[in-house]
Amino acid sequence: MTAVEQRARVTLRQQLPLLLALVILWMLLWGSITPLTIVTGVVVALGVTRAFYLPPVELSGRFNLFWFIVFVGRVLGEMAVASFQVALLAIGPRSRHESALVKVDLHTRSDFILTGTALAVSLVPGSIVVEVDRASTVLYVHTLSVHSPAQVEKARAHVLSLERSLLRAWGSREEWEAVRS
Amino acid sequence: MVGEEQWNSILDIAAASLLIVAALLTLAAAIGLLRFPDPLSRLHAATKPQILGLLLVVVAIALSARSATVLLLLIPVVVFQLLTAPISAHMVGRAGYRNGDFEPSALLVDELAADVDAARGSELPGGSWEDEVDGGSSNPRGAGS
Amino acid sequence: MTVLWMIAGAIAMVAVLLVLVRLITGPTLIDRLIASDVLLTTLILVVGAEMVISGHTRNIPLMVVLAATAILASVAVARFVTRANASPLTPDAEEGSDGR
Repeated sequence: MTAVEQRARVTLRQQLPLLLALVILWMLLWGSITPLTIVTGVVVALGVTRAFYLPPVELSGRFNLFWFIVFVGRVLGEMAVASFQVALLAIGPRSRHESALVKVDLHTRSDFILTGTALAVSLVPGSIVVEVDRASTVLYVHTLSVHSPAQVEKARAHVLSLERSLLRAWGSREEWEAVRS
Repeated sequence: MVGEEQWNSILDIAAASLLIVAALLTLAAAIGLLRFPDPLSRLHAATKPQILGLLLVVVAIALSARSATVLLLLIPVVVFQLLTAPISAHMVGRAGYRNGDFEPSALLVDELAADVDAARGSELPGGSWEDEVDGGSSNPRGAGS
Repeated sequence: MTVLWMIAGAIAMVAVLLVLVRLITGPTLIDRLIASDVLLTTLILVVGAEMVISGHTRNIPLMVVLAATAILASVAVARFVTRANASPLTPDAEEGSDGR
């Protein structure tokens, strides 16, 4: 009985960031911050997390807002530049459209960082995560416009550097120290 | 008074220019959709320039409405797109790869295929999806036509 | 001003027609899925652009709903395509675990 209670309490604590995000989203959807939207937001967030149960996400416990903003800015900037590159590739003269499926073995062992890196990689045009091996945190990334082995390595290094940016902002201390050098 | 009017027209022209850039990105996506050789490449052309286009349109709406509340209301649109577009691109890309809807000759290297072969050789517990890949490649394209 | 808006509209219309070509010709289900996805995103863009042009903000909820549900069709069809090809080899094992 106590074991069950303790487990429930731990999951509630672990779900707190998710609940907070859901309440904020709820308030944004209504476009107002009033006691009514906060209360209904908490109720709906609790209901949603109870009805659609997800395994708790293990956060690293370390979060650096400055480096996270740098990370988001970097992803958005690369997205803007690469969007135009893909657009130019589409309207440009027909060349050989070669691409590559690159295997990237990430440093992290955390599901959270794996998901974040995959999101960032997918948002930058020219690369799509085709397959994920969660157990060994390997991403298989399909990259557009790759013509030489050097560019394959460049694509791999790019994914790893995105992972590094995210680890700097949100990774656990050990994993960040591991990739720091 | 004149200054304010000029300011207004500058904002309006900025919003209209953003709309044109967004439309051009959509056009580029459409052209890429037609010209790229295989479905996996088309997926690149299709999904991502659109997100930038959506961001531009959202900024244009905020510029023309000139209100912070509108910007707050628009944040969920951007957040939903940023979170869900990679997921759908991944699902579609995975389905495309497993179905063999791509030209192997267009791939310079295919490090996934090598690993699938390796997993097939040794009975790894993580290799349960190799059957699906196998089933996908033995089933030719045009599943829905 | 109106000229700029008409240019944007004309470009978007050409884009939609080109996407429709891909949607009709296929050749694979995945192609049609991608094309319909582009069509839906373009619809969101056009809804937003219309608000800028007409100078109102009444359709923002429509944009939110479209942006939130755009993923459903893609994921459903992608899962269907993967499953349809996986089923001959794995007859009932996977279907049962999905609770269907």
